[in-house]
Amino acid sequence: MALLLKGGRVVDPAVGLDAVCDVVIRDGRIVEIGEGLTIPKGITVECAEKVIVPGLVDVHVHLREPGYEYKEDVASGTRAAAHGGFSAVCAMPNTNPVCDEGSAVRFLVERAAERGKVRVHPIGALTVGLKGEALAEMGDMLAEGAIGFSDDGKGIQSAGMMRLVMDYARQFDTVVIAHSEDNTLAGKGVVNEGAISTRLGMAGIPDAAEEIAIARDIALSELTGCRLHVAHISTAGSVELVRAAKARGARVTAEVTPHHLFLDEDAVDAHVYDTSFKMNPPLRTAEDCAALLAGLSDGTIDCIATDHAPHAAHEKALEFELAPFGTTGIETALPLVITNLVSKDAASWNDVVNWMAIGPRRAMGLPEVRLEAGALADITIIDPEARVEVTPEYFESKSANSAFLRATLLGKATEVLIEGRFALRNGKVVD
Amino acid sequence: MLSTRHIIDMDDLTPEDITLILDTAESFIEVNQRRIKKLPTLRGRTVVNLFLEPSTRTRTSFEIAAKRLSADGLNFSASTSATVKGESLVDTAETLSAMACDLVIVRHKMAGSPRMLARHMDAHIINGGDGMHQHPTQALLDLFTMRDKLGHLEGLKVGIVGDIAHSRVAGSLVPALNMVGAKPIIIAPPTLLPARPDVLGAEVSTSLDNVLPELDVAYMLRIQMERAEGMPFPSVREYSRLFGMNEARLAKMKPEAIVMHPGPMNRGVEISSAVADGARSLVLNQVNAGVAVRMAAMYLLLGGDASGASS
Repeated sequence: MALLLKGGRVVDPAVGLDAVCDVVIRDGRIVEIGEGLTIPKGITVECAEKVIVPGLVDVHVHLREPGYEYKEDVASGTRAAAHGGFSAVCAMPNTNPVCDEGSAVRFLVERAAERGKVRVHPIGALTVGLKGEALAEMGDMLAEGAIGFSDDGKGIQSAGMMRLVMDYARQFDTVVIAHSEDNTLAGKGVVNEGAISTRLGMAGIPDAAEEIAIARDIALSELTGCRLHVAHISTAGSVELVRAAKARGARVTAEVTPHHLFLDEDAVDAHVYDTSFKMNPPLRTAEDCAALLAGLSDGTIDCIATDHAPHAAHEKALEFELAPFGTTGIETALPLVITNLVSKDAASWNDVVNWMAIGPRRAMGLPEVRLEAGALADITIIDPEARVEVTPEYFESKSANSAFLRATLLGKATEVLIEGRFALRNGKVVD
Repeated sequence: MLSTRHIIDMDDLTPEDITLILDTAESFIEVNQRRIKKLPTLRGRTVVNLFLEPSTRTRTSFEIAAKRLSADGLNFSASTSATVKGESLVDTAETLSAMACDLVIVRHKMAGSPRMLARHMDAHIINGGDGMHQHPTQALLDLFTMRDKLGHLEGLKVGIVGDIAHSRVAGSLVPALNMVGAKPIIIAPPTLLPARPDVLGAEVSTSLDNVLPELDVAYMLRIQMERAEGMPFPSVREYSRLFGMNEARLAKMKPEAIVMHPGPMNRGVEISSAVADGARSLVLNQVNAGVAVRMAAMYLLLGGDASGASS
């Protein structure tokens, strides 16, 4: 069946394209991009005033299945992904049981094939049970479809153990995704260490807890030659470490979350103690936000990833110090980028594609998706003028623990195509 | 009338509120000296002591205050509370709210928990200490004691000595002193200072001896001697030598300067027995003021006016 995307602004810096034109898709692939195209029969999607980009990828998502289906599962998490404009997600392994062996990866792959709305790329655990003690079966997991490895949620504390996993991972040329946190410094911290921890009377997590771990892992990446991807980078110092490493030619990539870009520690109001703003790493200062944006703009940071971390309402309705870390993000990431950057001319559509489609695929070593004839038709269509009211009802996710609840945003995805099939159409997830 | 429904942190109060509470407490001091120490003012009102962290002194002080105002007081403490059985604080709040309590005094080891209660119930809330955050009635009774002894608050230099980083007492006392025009100086080894002492609005010193001569009040905090993760000073002996109040140090202070401590004291650690029991120690005045100030806070929150005991 043929599909014609008519009159949209087609943007893909990978092929040097930014022009209003038509896209014809047949049998899951793009067959032609040009002006005044027609199809004899099939579906025409009017794309006037819309932006057509390669399908977006979120490399840091917690789908929670198996084990925590009350927070999220593969079906709801991938519905949320489609709703947010993503054609693919990378799923973190901190499920129960932990995704630390081939059969667990296979379960996720099969589950996604059966119930997933978007592509799901499993990330396996680096160590058995995320305990940081023994190598997980990376080769087995890769054979079943894992695309990278991480002990996300807790950093590997021992430098020796991190060296071992990187040495071992190198044979597969796979990526090691680091949750960079030195527990002896982070301690029982729940907010940024500084003004906010002092004012609220709660233990803080200093910048150094993250920066020491990143510095260590960069050194280990250079020692072993293993690819390192730094998850949820949050401080100005961390950006500087990655910038310097890249200048030396180290094999390092990094991601930043929308909440670390667009919120600072003052969001944790002393009169509210709203647990929606409890995340790890914590919200930092306005200076850190500025440094993260600068890092994204100059290419130090390769991509935006959400660290979508759903939690049930009863879990977040606890005392701040007791509530779990994390905010959802996959349904607000693109609207936030459009609202805060694109609509203010602080970023171009080329930037958006670099940060949310090209950068993430490159960091994870996923196949490229280009807007050119012959390419797989994984495509996101964006209405930059659509209004988004972030209410609990807005979410396809099972959980509404969003740091951006009650915000009004500008711009969202209206269509997501995966191999030419609609996962999202007219802003609605296709059932 | 106070400008606030709750006393959760010092931000809730204006300088006028503070003066009103202290003035009202004056009238209750007199009541506490009578043979029959009871007023009918809060008859029929229900005051709950929700103590989710062990406390004897503060709970007793609030309990006496409620009884002296004829309120129906009841204790909901950690050992008997549902929260230890896994009931959430929100459920506890809604349960107490459904029982139509008028005022809840809460102590909890988690910062911000009184705000959470306030969001989920109609009652007035007094924070009886939340984690490392604030303990506003302690600050109010301290102001009362200073004003009572020294005649004024404005311009007083108050050195707060000890574990500032983990102290809810300091968390309230520093802003309280700033609000009344006094000058707080926090004095501690760097390992016991918060990350950003500047945001508290206090001058900082790491040497007690250097600032001693300029202080009007030396406020000694209790040092916690058992810690899960490493002591922030090498030994009690060294701490005491550098930061303990003793007669030699007292002699270096202004003749009219006073020494305070929120209790319970570690005698021989942050304060020597000779100083604690000496004429310039106001430790028991603080305890006495505590009852009167808490009576005033309850009375004013529940709708009383400044006439206090004479009404």
